[in-house]
Amino acid sequence: MTQIFFDSPQDAPPRGNWNWGRLAVYALLILWSVICLFPIYWTLTTSFKMAPDVMKGNMIPWGDFTPKWLGWRSLGLSPDTWGAESTVRAEFLKRFANSAITSVTSSVLAVVLGSLAAYGLTRFSYKFGYMKNSDISFFFLSQLILPPVVLALPMLVLYKELALLDTRIGLILLYTLSVLPIVIWIMRDQFASIPTDLEEAALVDGLSIWGAFITIILPIALPGMVAAFILSLVLTWNEYFFAALLTSTHANTLPVMVASQTGSQGISWWSMAALAWAAILPLIVIGVVLEKYIIKGMVAGAVK
Amino acid sequence: MSGAGDLLHVVSNDTISARRKTFARLIIWGSGLLLLGVGAAQTLHSTGNAALGFENWRPTLYAYVAWAICLCWGQVLLHGENGKRTLFVLPAALFVISLTVFPLLFGLIIAFSDWNLSSPTGRHFNGLDNVRQMLADPFYWNAMTNMVWYTLAILVEYAIAFGLALALNAEIRARKFFRVAFLLPLMLSPVAVSWMIGKSMLEPRFGPVARLARELGWENPSFFGDPNVAKATIMIMDAWTFIPFMMIMILAGLQAIPKELSEAAKVDGATGWRAFWEVTFPLMLPVSITAILIRIIFKLKLADIVIAVTSGGPGGATDTVTSFIFREYRDRSNVGYGTLLAMVYLVVIIIAMTLLMKLADRITRPRT
Repeated sequence: MTQIFFDSPQDAPPRGNWNWGRLAVYALLILWSVICLFPIYWTLTTSFKMAPDVMKGNMIPWGDFTPKWLGWRSLGLSPDTWGAESTVRAEFLKRFANSAITSVTSSVLAVVLGSLAAYGLTRFSYKFGYMKNSDISFFFLSQLILPPVVLALPMLVLYKELALLDTRIGLILLYTLSVLPIVIWIMRDQFASIPTDLEEAALVDGLSIWGAFITIILPIALPGMVAAFILSLVLTWNEYFFAALLTSTHANTLPVMVASQTGSQGISWWSMAALAWAAILPLIVIGVVLEKYIIKGMVAGAVK
Repeated sequence: MSGAGDLLHVVSNDTISARRKTFARLIIWGSGLLLLGVGAAQTLHSTGNAALGFENWRPTLYAYVAWAICLCWGQVLLHGENGKRTLFVLPAALFVISLTVFPLLFGLIIAFSDWNLSSPTGRHFNGLDNVRQMLADPFYWNAMTNMVWYTLAILVEYAIAFGLALALNAEIRARKFFRVAFLLPLMLSPVAVSWMIGKSMLEPRFGPVARLARELGWENPSFFGDPNVAKATIMIMDAWTFIPFMMIMILAGLQAIPKELSEAAKVDGATGWRAFWEVTFPLMLPVSITAILIRIIFKLKLADIVIAVTSGGPGGATDTVTSFIFREYRDRSNVGYGTLLAMVYLVVIIIAMTLLMKLADRITRPRT
């Protein structure tokens, strides 16, 4: 994998030449880190607060308030409620499973379809009617411009007729569609950077085109595929619009659950904070652990 | 839309027997006829001309899938090696066509109908009534104007993202920490963000931001009361999520600038501000334009936080086209009118993006 950003020792700054310019740079960076991280911190601490702590605006756990499991208990996720039955937890886990299944399946599907198409488009010249390679690429990538709202209502009616409303399959199909252009964009860049000599050698050795693709090219292109997969996963996990329109009771995903809770006034801050935090936790983990791949996916095709 | 890599040139001479070709044609046409047959039977059933006992349109869907599989298989049978090459692109193409082109055509029919999903009368054409209603609908045009404002906010986002990228590109320690911290907002689901920030941190009584605003002398901080303030708040929340995206792209561009160039500029006496405007900024123009264009595409889809935080209020000041259509459907389940609005939006987007891309092309083209 080509490294995009360098953290190597020779890249490290020279010690000891502090001046106002560098101080300003650090101040800016720290200020922005606070802006980025504070909402996450605030949500996490709020999920451990009681009502008076929220009203007084206490922020430092053990400093000016004592953490309580209140918010997590209302979700059935605190240590003392683990063993007990909890309808809220069952509901939460069901939504969580829905989100996980739809986002993982649609990302896998998009990466498979998108990689195949991107490989074909970078290696062979096609002619479907008047459409040549560049036209086909443009056809795929232009889907990115299509706003979801244009497809939403026709899809709603079609799904109703096809009995796909409120099913995971229906959501998976649409999610795959919505991330496919991004996958093709990333993978085209990835395959174009692999020299064709590799396949030529493999073909001379008697492999078929698909054999060469699967045994030789795929392993090399794996980092790109991982990047595309992670990016798709993030986008589909967070998707709200289609999920809100097309699902009601069986297939609705975590964002829909979060949104439906925010609307009601009776819900308490601490449990809302716990819910929101639980919904974003997987992504925070992915963001911290797989940052390299996300960045690789985002800069594909942008920087030559 | 860069060019493709080197094309792979493979010469293959397949000999495909006549029987295999016949079989291929047979399965393609056979499954096609099956699809037509099932489709026709279902149409008859749904129009009430024949009672065939279908519950939904699933049989047609299955027939379509079968036809698609036969079409892919038939390519290999018919064209041998060439068919196998087609097989790389064909599944994705069929998938996209069946999920966009077909619904779009169907959407065109819906757009010119009066169709209330909750009323028993069903769909009937009403000609240009929807268009007339749209032209007279102040809220739709208000949402369109809002989109222009939201899009213009990208310039500010771009400036901030550029500044942060420059800071990250400076000689600093803990670069990885800052990068991860800056990237996190992009990972969070907009709906969770709208609760975390819009509903809790901006809460006028207890929210920390409201407290801070009160400390700074704003008597009664209310972030969603005044139309302009509400619009700005939505812009800021959206910017918070998406600035990392532009920042990363610009940072990648900055790191791709050869060191010799900035050193040469230094030797020539360009320092600080001048070096930035005369060396870095022009070099960054292509990356900047790509980042801004992609950002515009994402901005035009903005809806989640608006739906979750303000539902368009106060008085439509924060409405985006998507959130407006969403409410139009939620409140009145009027599919026909909503689809027309979406279609018009699509046309406007395509025209605007084409113009922008032409403009971007002119800016980035090297001056001679």
